[in-house]
Amino acid sequence: MQDNKPVASMRTAELVMAVLFLAFGALVMWDTRRLGVSWGDDGPQAGYFPFYIGLFIVVSSVANIFRAINLGEKGRKAFVEWGQLRMVLLVMIPTAVYVALIANPWFSLGIYVASAIYIAFFMWHLGKYGWAKIAPVSLGVVVFFFLMFEIWFKVPLPKGPVEAAIGFS
Amino acid sequence: MQEIQSLMGGFAVAMSWFNLALMLAGVTLGVLIGVLPGLGGANGVAILLPLTFSMSQQPGGATSAIILLSCIYWGALFGGAITSILFNIPGEPWSVATTFDGYPLAQKGRAGAALTAAFTSSFVGALVAVVLITFISPVIARFALQFGPPEFFSVYLLTFSAFVGMSKGAPFKTIAAMMTGFALAAVGIDTVTGQLRLTFGFTELLKGFDFLIAVIGLFGIGEILLTIEEGLEFRGAKAKLNMKVVLETWKELPKYWKTSIRSSAVGCMMGIVPGGATPASFMSYGLAKKMSRDGEEFGTGKVEGVVAPETAAHAAGTSALLPMLTLGVPGSPTAAVLLGGLLIWGLQPGPLLFVEKPDFVWGLIASMYLGNIVGLIVVLTCVPLFAAILRVPFSIIAPVILVICAIGAYTVHNSMFDVWLMMIFGILGYVFKKLDYPMAPLVLALVLGDRAEDAFRQSMLGPEGSLGVFFSNPLVGTITGVSLLLLFWPLISRAIAIARGRR
Repeated sequence: MQDNKPVASMRTAELVMAVLFLAFGALVMWDTRRLGVSWGDDGPQAGYFPFYIGLFIVVSSVANIFRAINLGEKGRKAFVEWGQLRMVLLVMIPTAVYVALIANPWFSLGIYVASAIYIAFFMWHLGKYGWAKIAPVSLGVVVFFFLMFEIWFKVPLPKGPVEAAIGFS
Repeated sequence: MQEIQSLMGGFAVAMSWFNLALMLAGVTLGVLIGVLPGLGGANGVAILLPLTFSMSQQPGGATSAIILLSCIYWGALFGGAITSILFNIPGEPWSVATTFDGYPLAQKGRAGAALTAAFTSSFVGALVAVVLITFISPVIARFALQFGPPEFFSVYLLTFSAFVGMSKGAPFKTIAAMMTGFALAAVGIDTVTGQLRLTFGFTELLKGFDFLIAVIGLFGIGEILLTIEEGLEFRGAKAKLNMKVVLETWKELPKYWKTSIRSSAVGCMMGIVPGGATPASFMSYGLAKKMSRDGEEFGTGKVEGVVAPETAAHAAGTSALLPMLTLGVPGSPTAAVLLGGLLIWGLQPGPLLFVEKPDFVWGLIASMYLGNIVGLIVVLTCVPLFAAILRVPFSIIAPVILVICAIGAYTVHNSMFDVWLMMIFGILGYVFKKLDYPMAPLVLALVLGDRAEDAFRQSMLGPEGSLGVFFSNPLVGTITGVSLLLLFWPLISRAIAIARGRR
C-alpha cells in the first residue's frame, strides 16, 4: 500500500458526510412524530421545533449531496491518503484503548495509571524515546495532575488499585 | 458619565491581590494554551471551567472565576500570534492573516520586531474594544431590558443568520452544522412538557449533550488529529526579544496609526457579529494592503502587515463579549463557553445582569483593561519561554494534551460517557475541518438551542400566537427583516452577480 495513495476522494467523503447528515435529520424528524409536531392547546407541541430542525437538516443535506455530485475537479482530490490515515489511526486507537483502560466493567486502572501508560506508549511508539526519558516524563506529568486535581483543587477523578494502595479511593 | 463611576467601582473589585494573581495565572496559562497545538481559547476555557465550580461558590467568587477565564482568553489571543510568526502555524483561525507578513519578518531575522508589533497592536485593538464595551454595553443593556421573547428570538435568528450570510463556505454546510447543533441541544427532557426527546431509550442521553464536551472534542481532539496527519515537524525561527528591539519597534509603530484606527474599527464592528474575528483579520489585512503606501510589498515581511490583522483580530475577539454580556448571545465559541460558565455559576446573562449584578459586570470590564496590560507585559517578557515549549517534540506534547482533554471532559459531569462522547466529537471535528463544515455554528447552536426554543415558544404563547409576532412591532420586525436578509444573502449576492454579468 502506497502512503500517498488516496483512501477516498473528496467527492466520496462529501457524499458520505451529506448522507450521514440526511440520516440524522430523518432520525430527528421521525422521533418528533411521537411528540406531536402541530399546535397544542398551549402553543407548539414538544416536537414542533425539532421537527423543523430535522427538516432543515434533511433539506440542506440534499443540497449538499447535489453539490458533492457536481464538485468537478475538486472532487477528485484526495480526502485522506493512506499514510495520513495510518498516522491518525496510530493516535486514535491507542487513545480509545486509553479511555477504555480508565474505567470499564472488568478491570479499571483509573485515570492516573492509564495516563502514565498512554504517555509512555505514545513516546515509545511514535517518538522512539528510550526509557530514561519516558519514565520521568510520563510519571512526572501524572504526579503533577494528581497533586493538582486530588489535592489542590479537590476534583476527584477516576481512580484504580494503585491509588487505593496509597490511601486514595 | 455614570459609566466612569461604575467602571471605578469595577476597578475596586478587580484590583484585589487575589484577582491580580488570577489575572497573571490566567494570562500565562492562556498564552500557553494558545501556543500549544490542539488547545485554543475555546477548549482551553472549557477544560478549566470545571475547576472554577468551587471557586464560584464563595462570595465574590463568580467575579474571580470570570476574571480567570477571560484572562485565559486574552492570553490565548496573544499566544496565537507567537506560533504564527515563529512557526508559520496559526494557533487560531484569526491568526492566519498574521502569518502573511509575520513569518517572512521572522525569516529575515526580525522576529522580535514582528512579535512586538503583534503584541502591541493586539493590545491596542483590545483596548479600543474594551472602551467600546465600557460605554456602549450599558446603553444596549438598558435598551434590551424592554425586550420580550419575540425580540430575543429575533436576535437569536440574527445571530444564526449572520453565520450563513457571512461565511465564505457553502451555506448549506453551515445550515447543516448549525441545525445539528440545535438537534443535539434538543436531546433530553423537554423543559416545557417534560417529554423525552431524541433519547431513543438511552439513559445516558437523558441529560442531553453538554456543549463543553463538544467544544473539547471538536476543537481539541480534532485539531490534534489534523496536526498529526501533516506529520510531526515543527521548524521555527529563533525568538529573541530584548528591550532594545521592543523600544525600537515601538518607535516605528506610531507611523501606522491610520492602519491601527481602521483595523480597530473593522475589528469592533465584525466582532459584535458572530464568527467575526477571522473575517475581520483578513478584511483588515486586505484594506491595509490596498491603502498603504507600500501595499505592494505586503507579504514580504512588513511590520504594518502584522499590525493590521492583529489589531482587528484582537478587537473582534474582545468585542465578541459585548453581545454575550448585554444580550446573552455570544459572538464566538469562546464567548459561548464563557456564557456557559455564567450559567453554571448561577448567573443569568443578558440585560438584567447589569442591573442585578453590577459588581460582576463592572469587575469583569475593569479586568479586561487590567488583564490586557498584564497580558502585554507577560508576552513581551516571556516569549523565549513560550517558544521553547513549542520545541518540545510533538510525540510528548500530543499525549499530554489528549490526557488533559480527557480529564477536562470527565470533570464536566464526572462521567466516563462524556469522555467517549468527546472522542466521537473529535472524529467529527476532524472530518468537519477536512470537508469545510464550520464548527462555530454547531457549538453556538448547542449552547443557545434551548434558550432559542424557549424564546420561540414563549413568543407563540402571546396574544398573537403566530409567526406574525416576529413582525408585530418596528423593532422586532427590523431585526427579523435583517436576519432574513442575511440568511438569504448567499442567494441574493449570487442573483446580483448574475444580473451584473448579463449587463
